[in-house]
Amino acid sequence: MSQETESGPAVPADSDATPAPRPKKGGGAPRSNARAQEARRRFIRTAVMSTAVVGAGLAGYLPVAAQADSPRLRPPGALDEDDFLSSCIKCGQCVQVCPVQAIVLGDITDGFGIGVPHIESREQACDFSCDAVQCILACPTGALVYRKPDFLTIRPGAELAHKPVLKAKANDPEPTLNLIERAGLARLSRPEACLATQGKGFKGQARGADFTGQMRYMDVDRWAPIKVADHPYERELCDLCVTECPIQDAIRLEVTEAADGSKRGMPVVMEQCVGCGVCEMICPVEPTAIVVDSRAVWEGEA
Amino acid sequence: MKGRFFEQIMLMLGQAPKKPEVITPAAQEVHKMKRLTKDDFEAMKKHVRDHALEKHTWRNRRWTVLILVNLLFTFSFWLDIQILEGALTASRFVGFHLIDLNSALQVMLAHKHIIVNLFIGTATVFLLWAALGGRSFCSWVCPYHLVAELFEKLHLKLVEKKLVTDHEFHRGARTVMWVLFSLLAVVTGFTVFETLSPTGILSRALIYGPSLALGWVALLLVFEVVYSRRAWCRYVCPIGLTYGAVGAISPVRVMYDLNHCFHEGDCRKVCLVPHVLEMVIKGRSPDVKVPVGPDCTRCGLCVDTCPSGALKFEVKGLNKLL
Repeated sequence: MSQETESGPAVPADSDATPAPRPKKGGGAPRSNARAQEARRRFIRTAVMSTAVVGAGLAGYLPVAAQADSPRLRPPGALDEDDFLSSCIKCGQCVQVCPVQAIVLGDITDGFGIGVPHIESREQACDFSCDAVQCILACPTGALVYRKPDFLTIRPGAELAHKPVLKAKANDPEPTLNLIERAGLARLSRPEACLATQGKGFKGQARGADFTGQMRYMDVDRWAPIKVADHPYERELCDLCVTECPIQDAIRLEVTEAADGSKRGMPVVMEQCVGCGVCEMICPVEPTAIVVDSRAVWEGEA
Repeated sequence: MKGRFFEQIMLMLGQAPKKPEVITPAAQEVHKMKRLTKDDFEAMKKHVRDHALEKHTWRNRRWTVLILVNLLFTFSFWLDIQILEGALTASRFVGFHLIDLNSALQVMLAHKHIIVNLFIGTATVFLLWAALGGRSFCSWVCPYHLVAELFEKLHLKLVEKKLVTDHEFHRGARTVMWVLFSLLAVVTGFTVFETLSPTGILSRALIYGPSLALGWVALLLVFEVVYSRRAWCRYVCPIGLTYGAVGAISPVRVMYDLNHCFHEGDCRKVCLVPHVLEMVIKGRSPDVKVPVGPDCTRCGLCVDTCPSGALKFEVKGLNKLL
């Protein structure tokens, strides 16, 4: 490619003939004027461009501020929201180890939360089918931790009374999950819609045939989660949120018997709820009757 | 060549290249000979020109490595082969932590705390790129570099047809960005730069699937095509400066040989960072052999382009060993 004499290169072609005369002091006024003008233009261009880039970066704060009231549900062991956003290196290693792909990464619409993991419980909850909170193990920066470092505090009510017992591990020598804080708290958001409170049962696929969410069923295979759609239920009084909850003593169904002998149930969230979101995923009512409030703390039984 | 190290650092930070104050006697002799034997020199140049082959050896090697590294990330997740897990910002290579230096810096400044894994991963990557050439991260690994390189061809075509012109910015902008984004991380407590980084966005998109953030990357590419050649890599990206600093002490570099140079400047036309090739301008080389400075991405385009072999990859100290 011999194009050194062709026109239009961005970089000025090196003088092949005699080198251009050096501008003398005081002399060559038109040329130095043009140069000064170009330098000025370049400076302004650069200032505008730099401001635009920094401005675009800072715009990432807007979604963070907008989400402040309804924060995303973070994976288990996540630091408090601001610490989590700052310490997460946006690599997605937590995404890669999750056996049910519950963890998804934030997009640019999350601003500073771009690449930061969260869980959409209704679509795919964390059912702890990894048994050992693998996402915490995978995190390289300590944004997800088993135990917070000393300089970070635990919000009152976020700490669990004791390490949660995983029902699936109930018969193992060590039945607990290495978790100290809850990610959120379940809440019966629409008690009037709850099948149990209406005394109704449930038969069929919890979320319909097209639902892609997965869960591990101990009676199927401890190490291979299957689609919820492939595991239909049949209950006289719907209690899916209670039976499918992976944690012991996190939710119970209080059953009352009416005079005519019909039974009605009321799901009651208990102190051991870690906010995993399985109840929200499994609830067969549309929209769900039970939700997980991210970052919510325990303030006694409702 | 004393003071050149510092001078090259300043050049990387944005200072305009200066004419050398001292030219070694050996180099002066070569400069003089080139002037005195001008006719021979011209004839020789024409001969080399006529017989020069168009080669893309280093570009092809580099593209292969870049694509393979990024595919290794992708397939480690998709096929669950678990060799290189994570994304470019942080990963595990068969279990060993690797942490991108700039991302680590942003996280540490925002979070104001260093944890052991982060430190180990950062140290590993520092040593890796100190050995392999610093900004070679940019041209041999960064997915945005490849995409921008392809769009650069479009930009150059449009420039040739006089449809667009390249608007240069002050190279010091990148240094200002580096400082600003570091300060913003400290002050706001957020990793502000990561929101914009096309490196992270593309790497995650390749592994975890497409995102709306790709729109931002597209915007950058459009800007580079219609307004300013390779603007992000040249004038903005603090990752380049971080790795450039690491590369200042790296033994892997391009070596310039004044004896073989015909001063045609093709290398500067293809170069992402032409200020590092200031010495190829006639009469500017301070020595007979001059290593190219730390802002060089070791992409090898100049090595491929040079018809007379005046620019070659060199590993410092390796020649002595062999």
